Amino acid sequence: MEIALAHYLAVGAMLFTIGVFGIFVNRKNIIVILMSIEMILLAVNINFVAFSRYLGNVEGQLMAIFVLTVAAAEAAVGLAILVTFFRNRGDIAVDDASVMKG
Amino acid sequence: MLQGLAFYILATIAVVSGLLVVTARSPVHSVLWLILTFFSAAGLFVLLGAEFLAMLLVVVYVGAVAVLFLFVVMMLDVDFVRLREGYARYLPLAGIVAIILLAEMIMVSLAVVQGGAASAALAPAALPEGVSNTQSIGRVLYTDYIYFFQAAGIVLLVAMIGAIVLTLRKRDGVLRQDLAAQANRRRVDAVEIKSATTGAGVKPEELL
Repeated sequence: MEIALAHYLAVGAMLFTIGVFGIFVNRKNIIVILMSIEMILLAVNINFVAFSRYLGNVEGQLMAIFVLTVAAAEAAVGLAILVTFFRNRGDIAVDDASVMKG
Repeated sequence: MLQGLAFYILATIAVVSGLLVVTARSPVHSVLWLILTFFSAAGLFVLLGAEFLAMLLVVVYVGAVAVLFLFVVMMLDVDFVRLREGYARYLPLAGIVAIILLAEMIMVSLAVVQGGAASAALAPAALPEGVSNTQSIGRVLYTDYIYFFQAAGIVLLVAMIGAIVLTLRKRDGVLRQDLAAQANRRRVDAVEIKSATTGAGVKPEELL
């Protein structure tokens, strides 16, 4: 049972797909949408680390660290916006957030 | 053999719990499944020889991000049943999109592995002798990538300031410490000297 690069890429692809699926299915629940985005970024990280290991180049892991940084920042700001939105509207339904008609 | 077994177990747990994140009824359960997904991914990273990133994943995601999610989910009083409306309506479209996306991505990654850029990388590259994973990351991160490293720090700083600015609010009726007012207070504003006649003292009414 030799584990090749394709195995890790398949896991990454599946997690990415689940993330996109989650965004589509939970269109009204912004908390789950944020979690889906985190999962998509995790899938990207798995690909980075797998390529880094199989090509013998440590820079892939550095990219994964930077992705992790941005993901953490995104989660913090996203949840802060969510809390502010909840304070102003008393609800977090994303459908109601189309006031600006963007 | 053992490594293959570990890979399949961890990958299965990661994918199944990932699926449960997006299908769980309660967001609290979603967060807990998300934690399990990250843990299994950290296990996969250990299998790949990226121990530093695995620990980083556990500390940053499970320790910080997931707990942040848990705080927000439990703090907000939201009717989560209403948020699940339309779940069944979006399901077919989402399923079709997901299946097409998965097929495309697996085809692309197979092409990359079999005939493309990574076709020579069938087995993991040999790890450098006598250098730990953390060391080899540090050697590159603090030399060639030092500006990116600093930029990542700035991103985190901006995110921190942004999150504080967004959630900070002034409420009426709550006493707060005002450092500027404290520091600018002078003696003449706060203390008044009254001369008292000997033996009579000062009556409290006179003080006001």
